[in-house]
Amino acid sequence: MNKGLLDIEALGRPEIEALLDRARDFQPLQQRKEKRLDLLGGRLVVNLFFEASTRTRISFEIAAKRLGADAISISSQGSSVSKGETLLDTVSTLSAMRPDAIVMRHAASGAPHFLARHLPIPIINAGDGQHEHPTQALLDARTILDNRSSLEGLRVAIIGDILHSRVARSNIHLLAKFGVDIVLCGPAPLVPQELTGLAPGVSITYDIREALRETDIIMMLRVQLERQNETNFPAGEYSRFYGLRAENLALAKPDAIVMHPGPMNRGREISTEVADSSRSVILSQVENGIAVRMAVLEKVLQ
Amino acid sequence: MPKLLIRNGRVIDPANSLDRVTDVLLANGIVRAVGDKLPARGAEEFDASGRIVAPGFIDMHVHLREPGFENSETIETGSRCAAAGGFTTVCCMPNTNPVNDTAHLTRYIIERAKAAAKVNVFPIGAITKASAGEELASIGAMKAAGAVAISDDGRPVMNSRVMRRAMEIAASFDLPVIDHCEDLNLSAGGDMHEGAVSLKYGLRGIPSCSEDVMVARDLLLAEVTGARYHVAHLSTRNAIAMVAEAKRRGLRVTCEVTPHHFAIHDHQILPFDSNYKMKPPIRCNHDVEALIAGIKAGVVDAIATDHAPHSVTDKMQEFERCPFGILGLETAISISLERLVFPGHIDLKRMIELFTTGPAAILNLNRGSLTPGLPGDVTILDLNSLWTYDVNKSPSKSRNSPFDGYAFKGRAVTTIVSGEIVWQAPC
Repeated sequence: MNKGLLDIEALGRPEIEALLDRARDFQPLQQRKEKRLDLLGGRLVVNLFFEASTRTRISFEIAAKRLGADAISISSQGSSVSKGETLLDTVSTLSAMRPDAIVMRHAASGAPHFLARHLPIPIINAGDGQHEHPTQALLDARTILDNRSSLEGLRVAIIGDILHSRVARSNIHLLAKFGVDIVLCGPAPLVPQELTGLAPGVSITYDIREALRETDIIMMLRVQLERQNETNFPAGEYSRFYGLRAENLALAKPDAIVMHPGPMNRGREISTEVADSSRSVILSQVENGIAVRMAVLEKVLQ
Repeated sequence: MPKLLIRNGRVIDPANSLDRVTDVLLANGIVRAVGDKLPARGAEEFDASGRIVAPGFIDMHVHLREPGFENSETIETGSRCAAAGGFTTVCCMPNTNPVNDTAHLTRYIIERAKAAAKVNVFPIGAITKASAGEELASIGAMKAAGAVAISDDGRPVMNSRVMRRAMEIAASFDLPVIDHCEDLNLSAGGDMHEGAVSLKYGLRGIPSCSEDVMVARDLLLAEVTGARYHVAHLSTRNAIAMVAEAKRRGLRVTCEVTPHHFAIHDHQILPFDSNYKMKPPIRCNHDVEALIAGIKAGVVDAIATDHAPHSVTDKMQEFERCPFGILGLETAISISLERLVFPGHIDLKRMIELFTTGPAAILNLNRGSLTPGLPGDVTILDLNSLWTYDVNKSPSKSRNSPFDGYAFKGRAVTTIVSGEIVWQAPC
């Protein structure tokens, strides 16, 4: 990770552990009145968001500011991309202004990898298409570790549209590196069998009850209606077969926690009752996002 | 016109069952004689000892991009790539701008080639107007103007009724129908072969079945219509099995494969590198094995490159935004030697057939052998030449090749078109 952070797949377990440990150091900061450290004073981070995002962009911005760095956020509306400039030109122009890192969200899988091959500036992937969302997996792992002593031996169910989910891919890579038993579940076209080859310890079921049974961690994914430009599943029966509700949550371990990367579709993949219950750690995930992104920025910019 | 006497090469001319060291005399643009110790009689002598002398190689599937996309390639630059790759004849697909869907455009390409091309260029006409898949193009008139086949390459005819009518018309003019087999609904949005690798990279898949269902449909229509039907750039194991079965049943069916489809599988793709993006996509390991088995078994009739130049600007983009296609003319022979001949899958004679008599028979070209009286097109190979492909030195206007920097053994060293040397490998 000398250059940036492109994906979880390429990270080793020690690098992940170091980031998660460092994020824990930053967690108490969130409760303090004075939240700002000056570890990265004088550094400049550009957040370049080509896809709509609120929580990730704000989270990166806050993380940079808490570390004393300057942060500038640019969204695709109003940037020169809408004037027909290529991505490579846009980013090399920005790099000429000498920021210390670029945080990028892009709708095309591999867009940050493509740039990293052609530009020397460190790039932090804030989500690329359907490929990876590395800081989401790190904040999810941090959140699990706030509730469990270790990741080893846990059973994690990831439920929803796995095919189109960068969150799922990053989480699968991360959890597999720690020997987690990963169960994927969702409508068959969104959970292709070949996913079992993505990492060790991955299994698939199309029955949510089987996925939930005796599980420690439940990760619900957003059903990305904006990506369903094709007939992938009968939308009308989605929540009946793949929605998380109090009655099927009861199949999980009594202390199982419920996660969701947001934004949630209440009543579709998750019932309001579950989302707002004591089992839900969804807001802790958001809070941990800042600590984890501080750890990532510190590592990349040091 | 000067005479050229090629001395002491190992002449392999499959059509005449010839494989021995002898001489080839070219005069007035045609093959004059093949035989031992031919008298020079004023001919320029060319020493081919230690080399393979073969009939001029034919690439039946290239994109020369002219008219319309001259920033990617022209008839002139594409033909120079062909010469540099050992090809004396290329057949260019109609997906130019405008699409070659009339006799007028077919004639235009032939005229441009006469003026600018280093090698023979035969146009392939469109199946439908503008390759839009709806109204049939002027098939008979294009044939009369010089088109050697029809194809909507790149934009497959989805409407089965239109395809059936096209086959009926083509059969009546004895013109082969070449299909780019892809069900556009099954492949919609796809960027690479659907499988474990596309899932890992979060890229949308182009499933094998998108090719298979179209091959199956076309074979059924070819049977109904009696058309001569040819599968372009066949890439899947099911498609090769279906073609093999259709041949067993006596249908007039042929197919080609590209070097990149039998040389690389999807696990070998450099992540998100657009030089590995083409249609059909690089398939998986068992498809590669099936293609090689098909070549060995004689199911495959031709090796074609699908040379598809795209400008650096177009290819320097996010993977899913890049156009499909890679260069192929300059590396085809070396890849075929490396992957097919040297490992012993096929012998040299068979490889030469796949580049000469194979495509010539599909397209009814009166070429592909050294029979006296035929055009004086010759490809000379050096099986021991060690060379490295440097795409930046390519005569192409484009740079999109996954084989850039690849070290090869064996290549074409001399390309002769109508008795004239049009290219020689640098020593």
